[in-house]
This record gives sequence, structure tokens and C-alpha cells, in this order.
Amino acid sequence: MGFTAQLCRRAALSVLALASVGAFAQFRVEVSGVGLTQLPIAVAAFRGDDQAPQKMGGIVQSDLQRSGQFRLVDASALAYDESTRPDVALWRQKGADSLVTGSIARLADGRFDVRFRLWDVVRGQDVGGQSYVIPQADLRLVAHRVADFVYERLTGDKGIFSTRIAYVTKAAQHYNLWVADADGENAQSALTSPEPIISPAWSPNGAQLAYVSFESRKPVVYVHEVATGKRRLVANFKGSNSAPAWAPDGRSLAVTLSRDGSSQLYALDANGGEARRLTQSGSIDTEPAYSPDGRYIYFVSDRGGAPQIYRMAPSGAAVERVTFSGNYNISPALSPDGRWLAYISRVGGAFKLHLMELSSGAVTALTDSTADESPSFAPNSRLLVFATHQQGKEALMTTTLDGKIKAKLAGQGGDIREPDWGPFQKQ
Amino acid sequence: MRLIFSAAVLAWLLAGCASGVKLNDVPVEDKVASALNAQGTGLGAKSGAASSAVAPVAALGSESSAAAIAQGKLVYFDYDSFSIKPEFQALIESNARFLLADRQRRLLIEGHTDERGGREYNLALGQKRAQAVLQALSLLGVHETQLEAVSFGKEKPAASGSDEAAMAKNRRAELRIR
Repeated sequence: MGFTAQLCRRAALSVLALASVGAFAQFRVEVSGVGLTQLPIAVAAFRGDDQAPQKMGGIVQSDLQRSGQFRLVDASALAYDESTRPDVALWRQKGADSLVTGSIARLADGRFDVRFRLWDVVRGQDVGGQSYVIPQADLRLVAHRVADFVYERLTGDKGIFSTRIAYVTKAAQHYNLWVADADGENAQSALTSPEPIISPAWSPNGAQLAYVSFESRKPVVYVHEVATGKRRLVANFKGSNSAPAWAPDGRSLAVTLSRDGSSQLYALDANGGEARRLTQSGSIDTEPAYSPDGRYIYFVSDRGGAPQIYRMAPSGAAVERVTFSGNYNISPALSPDGRWLAYISRVGGAFKLHLMELSSGAVTALTDSTADESPSFAPNSRLLVFATHQQGKEALMTTTLDGKIKAKLAGQGGDIREPDWGPFQKQ
Repeated sequence: MRLIFSAAVLAWLLAGCASGVKLNDVPVEDKVASALNAQGTGLGAKSGAASSAVAPVAALGSESSAAAIAQGKLVYFDYDSFSIKPEFQALIESNARFLLADRQRRLLIEGHTDERGGREYNLALGQKRAQAVLQALSLLGVHETQLEAVSFGKEKPAASGSDEAAMAKNRRAELRIR
């Protein structure tokens, strides 16, 4: 350990309250309406957070809050770490069911020792914990893994805090494709270009991004391995090439091509090669999205006179209409659990995020905004990320599926758009 | 802080290297063990370096769009419309003559839309506008091999702003001889 325990305690005592308040202020989480099922939890600042490059307790707190599954109970002014046995009576009185405690310390070799423990303070039981020895670059990742652990233990669902989101920024005519943490932080650039980049789509294994780049003065589709920067042009046919969507097996992509005149859907091998035409409408057919079970391709078509969402077999057969209300429904996204369809619907001139329960066809509007775009589900199907406008700027938001908990994602300066939520990472 | 993180392009699958060693098998810190007695589950130990990184790539652009505008080779469209208005027929015909006179010449037609609606759907709408110009030229006898219709959707507005005047300038097809 880099510190003596005594030193740690003294430092912790003096700044714990500050660190905790700061963590709340740093993230803009907007809560409209309180779910009755929210689990009350307290997250103490980790011992050593005040001297660490990342405030572990604060990151865990805001992750849990953004999920909408938790109600945070104030734990500021606490000097707890993972070895502290909490005072059960105190926490019952504060109304918390669970408590997260932990510590972070710099080791002599420059790495960090991060430990945490989750307590059931109603029963006074230790629910489990982990310790990590990691380089500084991994501190945010570990904080997200702590949040994932807590989330999974308490809700039974897998947490998505350690997954990645891809998005595009535009600043002064420069475009940048980023790969960031699920909270929008810790962004790393995958591609910069003087021309637009749109429609990034994670491959099912989370290693590659397909996207549309205009760098050759026309839209073409690339598949890009983010770890190496190796990329290949998979669709560069005459006309426009756009809207890549991965088949669930990751071997092929559906794309929109205009090589035969109108914008139609085609299937392509992920390594490139010949395109197989899927639709024969002569109208606009675009924005394909595979259902997670691979049984359908959802897509947008104006074959009925206005854009609506349809679905068909992956072969292109058996087309059926899916959306019926409104006259502008676009950008279908399917939840990984197969239950939900998110899309953008124009309502009185405003473009709003909507959610359809596929089994019943019931539709709810999730936002009051005017320019929503590009919804994408978290891999656990519990959250959506989407692009919208806030104070005249393009921004990314997450929302729970009931629309009650929304959070603006942190990001780079400039306009931020085109989010795509990546799959679970191998652990 | 920013620098530190950009430089450290590592970061992802650290737990891919998890040792799986339980701390209650190998206690590394006495106070943990003593504080947690029999009821406590040990801290699962995880360590290791990141195994996934993001390698940045820089794409090169090509020529700017100023050329077509300077040449006045623009066809404007009404809202939600793809039909070529009569005032642009002369421009279509002069381009057709030029291409018929020199079969080696090619014309790139770029369709654009205003800012309303989704990016991909606007890309398809812009394509319809470019396609309308392509068809008008085909009807005048220009070979399709000389023509390519592409779309920028709403990605490259000619005018900024959300008023009707700006949006009218953005609903356009740009014609570029190559």
C-alpha cells in the first residue's frame, strides 16, 4: 500500500463530504416521477477518492442513478471503507436497504488497488465484494464494473455500466467517431474526418463498427476494427451506400443501396463482395434493423405514401407493416430481449422517441423533445440512448423504458449525435 | 487529466485477465479478514492490464463543395418534393447537351435535404432528388454510364439556420462535371 491506513483515514475524513456532493453535481440526471420499485441505496465515497484521479464512489453513484432502478440515500460525511461493518440501525433510519463501501489506494508501482463491498443493511449482511489491482487508465472501467456488480446483485439483471457507446461529434466542420464509456466519458477517437460520418453500428461481438463515411464525397460503408484501426470498404457501389445493420451472427450486414435506382435493402457479406437485393419496392426502403433472434429485418419504407416501419423475413419475403399511427415513423431499434421496438415518430412537427411493446402493439411517447433521433438499446434492454437537441445543441440522452429517468451523457465539445450502444463485453 | 486518458488508449477488458483468486483463500490484508468474520464473503481478486484499445484513424477528405455553387449548377426543390420545377429545365438541358457532345464526360449529381427528420431517411430523400435529375438527363438521351446520383441527406447544408429561407436553400441537387 502506498499510504498508511492512518493517513488515509485522516484524508478521507476531511474531504469525504465534498467528494460526495461534487459527484452529484457532475452528472445531470433528470428524474421525472419516482418509480415505486426503486431500491434505496447509499454509496459512500471510497476511502482515498479525494486523492485518486477518479472518484470511484461518485462514478458508481451516478451509474446507479442513471439506471433508474435505484434511489440514492445520502452517504456524505461518512468515513467507511470495505472493511467497515456498517451500523445497521443508522442505515435503517436513513431508509437505505443497501450500502456500497470501498477504498482506492495507489501502489508503489503506480497501479491502483481498488476494493469494494456491498452490504445488505436491513439484514446486516455482507452481500459480496471484489478487489482489483489495475493501471490508472482502467479506474473508470473498474468503477463501472463495481456498479455492474451492485446492479446485478440487487436487480438480478446484468449491468451495462462497463459497456461502450459509439457516437459522432461535429465541431467546426470536423467529424469524429468516438468510442466512450456507457456514461459518455472516457471517449477515445476511432476516426476523424473532414466529411460527415453517420450511422455507426457495433458488430455483435463488440470488436467492429460499421458506419457510413462521406470522405470520398459520396456515402460508402466501412467496417472498422476499433482496437487496431484496420478498416475495409464493404459497400462502395454506384450511387449511395448507407444504413449498415449487422445480422445477429455478425457474418453479414443489411445495407441500403441506390445502385439500381431507388434506395433499396441489400444483404452483404461482412467481408464485402456481391450484394443480394432484399426489397423490390421502387419506393424508399432504408434503415434495416435485425430482430435479435434473426427472424425479421425491421425497416422504414414510404411504399404506403409516407415513411412507416415494416418488417420482413431476412430473405425479403413476407413484408408486414408494424407502425400505423402518425405519418412519419423512422429509425427502428429492437431491444436485445426482443420485447420492444423504439423508433422516432413525428407528432405535430416534432420528432419524438416512441416505444412499442411488440406483443401488444401498445405505443408510448418517451420524451417531450422536438428533434429526437437514432435510438439504441442498452444490451440489458433496460435503457435507451438517443440523440436530441438541448439548448440549441445536439446532445445524447439516456432514458429508462418508462421515460421517467433521463440523463444527459457527458461528451466532447460541439454537437454530439448518432449514438449506438455496444454489446456486453467479455469478462 | 484529459491528456492522461487520451494517452492511455488501453482500458477495456481488464477483467479478461481476472485471476479468479478469492481473497478468502489468499488473504492479502488482515483487517479485511478480521472485520468480516465467518459471515463475510471474500473479495474476489481481479487484476491485469487492459486488453482492448481504440486505435485512432484519420480519413482524408476530397474537394470542397464550393465549386458547384460557384458554377450555379443547382436545382432547388419544394418541401417534400422531388419534381424538377420548370425554371431549372434550361440548366438540365444545357448539361445534357454538354454530356451528349462528350461521351467521356461524367456528371455527379448530389441530392440534399433540409434539416428536418432522421439522417438516414433524409439520405434516401436526397437520393430521390438526385435520381430525379438523373432521370431528366436520361430522358434527353444522356447515357446512364455518364451519370451518378448520390445523396448527402441533411449532412451538408448550404445555408445554416432553421428558418424557411435557409431550409429552401438546402433542398437542392448539386451538379458536378467530372
